[in-house]
Amino acid sequence: MELFVFVCAAVMIIAGAIGVIVRSHPVHAALSLILTLFGVAVLFVAQNAHFLAAVQVIVYAGAIVVLFLFVIMLLGVDRAESLRVDPTTVQRPLAVIVGVGLAGLLCASIIQGRKVLRERAQGIDTIGTGGHDANIKQLAVSLFSNYVFAFELTSVLLVIAVVGTVLLARRPGKTGSNSNADVPEAERKKAGVK
Amino acid sequence: MTVAAVTPTATWYLLLAAVLFSLGAVGVLVRRNPLVMFMCIELMLNAVNLSFVAMANALGDIGGQTTVFFVMVVAAAEVVVGLGIIVSILRRRPNATADDLAELKG
Repeated sequence: MELFVFVCAAVMIIAGAIGVIVRSHPVHAALSLILTLFGVAVLFVAQNAHFLAAVQVIVYAGAIVVLFLFVIMLLGVDRAESLRVDPTTVQRPLAVIVGVGLAGLLCASIIQGRKVLRERAQGIDTIGTGGHDANIKQLAVSLFSNYVFAFELTSVLLVIAVVGTVLLARRPGKTGSNSNADVPEAERKKAGVK
Repeated sequence: MTVAAVTPTATWYLLLAAVLFSLGAVGVLVRRNPLVMFMCIELMLNAVNLSFVAMANALGDIGGQTTVFFVMVVAAAEVVVGLGIIVSILRRRPNATADDLAELKG
């Protein structure tokens, strides 16, 4: 049964990842990304990370991919780019060689070190102790005792990110008329309407 | 030993994460659309998260899952900032690809 779940999720993940790379339409690529994210969430459940699986679906598939789709449709770049032409001729074969080499090296090192992992394998004891919400309790204890300072820092990080993005994405105001001299005419008209 | 009796170990998860990471790296190298390149970076982040969770389960240490939690928060912040930059670039020059942005002039 575990094998079945693993194989299904692995097929979802790999198919989604290949879809992100080869689909020429950005919206299709984003939908393939959702397939991969759901597969990863399934594997999180299989590895006793129930809370992270829920967060994965909510934050990644819910928020981040929606943000991607929002930007794609806001900017109107939602038409297919042709993948037939290779802008620089050697790039794609070189990229495939780099990818295969990277995968080969990583897999070789993992297979090399698998004995060490097997010796220490115990597994998180979530079924035996604490009942159905043991994972959330363990995670909460870890988060709010050992890592509480880092947790507070992430809140500062999020505030900085939001403020910085608002500053970045703001349309240039009317004050600096010289600064937007190189903005296209349609763009300036749109800003003027507002 | 029948096929059904085989249970996937942590090594299987790590191998899958390695393949997913490599696919994301190939995507970043191959694609020219900045939005799709960004999605491939998300693929790589997910591969790392998957290996963290597998190691947390294998070693019986909840710290790996805590780390994944932080990675997710930072990834969300990273996506927000990155998409803000991409919006401001593409608004100025629509249909820009990564090749057009090779020089640092607006």
